[in-house]
Amino acid sequence: MATRGFRRKQPAAAAGRSPPGQYVTPDFPVLSAGPTPRVNLATWSFAIEDPDGRELYRCTWDELRALTASEVVVDIHCVTKWSKLDTRWKGVSFDTLLRAAGVEPPTDYAMAFCDGGYTTNLSVADLRTDNVLIAYEYDGAPLAAQHGGPVRLLVPHLYFWKSAKWVRGFRFMKTNQPGFWETHGYHLRGDPWKEQRYQGD
Amino acid sequence: MTEGADSGPRLVWREAEVLAVVAETASARSITLRVPDWPGHAAGQHVDVRLTADDGYQAQRSYSIASPPEQADIVLTVERVEDGEVSSYLTEETRPGDRLELRGPIGGYFTWTGTLPGPLQLVGGGSGIVPLMAMLRHRANERTRPAARLLSSWRTRDAIIYRDELERLASDDPQLAVVHTLTRESPPGWSGPRGRIDADMLRAFAYAPEQQPRLYVCGPTPFVEAVADALVQLGHAPECIKTERFGPTGDR
Ligand SMILES: Cc1cc2nc3c(=O)[nH]c(=O)nc-3n(C[C@H](O)[C@H](O)[C@H](O)COP(=O)(O)OP(=O)(O)OC[C@H]3O[C@@H](n4cnc5c(N)ncnc54)[C@H](O)[C@@H]3O)c2cc1C
Repeated sequence: MATRGFRRKQPAAAAGRSPPGQYVTPDFPVLSAGPTPRVNLATWSFAIEDPDGRELYRCTWDELRALTASEVVVDIHCVTKWSKLDTRWKGVSFDTLLRAAGVEPPTDYAMAFCDGGYTTNLSVADLRTDNVLIAYEYDGAPLAAQHGGPVRLLVPHLYFWKSAKWVRGFRFMKTNQPGFWETHGYHLRGDPWKEQRYQGD
Repeated sequence: MTEGADSGPRLVWREAEVLAVVAETASARSITLRVPDWPGHAAGQHVDVRLTADDGYQAQRSYSIASPPEQADIVLTVERVEDGEVSSYLTEETRPGDRLELRGPIGGYFTWTGTLPGPLQLVGGGSGIVPLMAMLRHRANERTRPAARLLSSWRTRDAIIYRDELERLASDDPQLAVVHTLTRESPPGWSGPRGRIDADMLRAFAYAPEQQPRLYVCGPTPFVEAVADALVQLGHAPECIKTERFGPTGDR
């Protein structure tokens, strides 16, 4: 349906690079359900747990920083319609972390859990996709708390709510259970190129 | 309120009819829409609006629902953003009889129902007042209602949306307090606070942590960040603070 009298105002320059329904902004999108947690690095740790909540691995901030780091430059897409192009991140890939942990994924799904109680579900296949990081640097500087620092997930091929901020670990799951936004009506996977915004999309 | 990700109806696009457009301020318009088969909503939820140009170009944006769940036709209040693609269209071009595509309701978290106990503390910046207004309108329709306070921040007095209605609601209801603060001007006769909402202002006008309020903070991202931080600093439990961030950060 054409909307009477509506014309494009946004520049078409980046057309093709942003998924349907998105538009490009120089701003950094923020979607959080509550206040920004303030984290103490001295007591911070990152854990991997099996489906029964048993700890398979735990590392401190210094131990995470000692793992082989990767740098990526990627486009990110927030479900609130903003896309940001060419963002630069540094962190540890999921496979590097698993290797360091000596952990073989026992199931096909994982729940990322975070400070502030936030969770989001991901498949192990999505976590193993290129450019996925446990990220601690953005644009050459430590990741700001507002954007998920000290450590957030970066899953750039899915809507950005999957890139859980303030992440503290993963728990493997036997079945694909919804996390926080997924329980509140958002899509279980969230592929922006398929416009999987809400459940049923 | 919480639904499994596999349950729940698919959010289909619906063609709504514009019934009325009302100027709230120089730059904000309230648009009343009749949505066929509207499934109903909770106070605090939003819709996605999709505009389509003749050449097929589409733009989607989110807008909070200003009307209470009790009202069948929904109302959106849109503030024009400088050079805004969708907000300019909705505030300047839209008129009764037009058709708009939308889907919703969306967002099951930033919601309030009259059955929730505890005083209600609302903090809004600019158009962030819209979902908070839905909560206050819903609350006004309830027979028993918790005490409530609204603290809202505006650049100027003339920018205040719903000013008369809020004054009326508060004068009818000793359990409701409404305070506006102005950040860009100090008009003659203004008796309210001035300046941005910070810890001191929250201490003066918002419920204290001991009163265990339910807190809802909505507005542009930097506003929400600052207010939510100040609330935590004052001792409010983070899990009692619900936030909705409307806008880009301005932080590149
Ligand atoms: C959940 C949710 C609910 C919302 N509810 C409402 C509502 O009830 N009423 C309402 O008016 N808006 C609301 N918004 C904001 C709305 O979705 C749009 O972002 C806003 O109308 C601007 O869109 P635009 O197309 O006019 O501007 P664009 O063309 O997207 O942007 C033009 C310029 O304005 C800047 N800009 C974009 N948005 C904002 C903003 N919100 N504040 C300041 N600058 C901005 C951009 O960075 C850009 O420079 C809501 C947003 C979300 C995520």
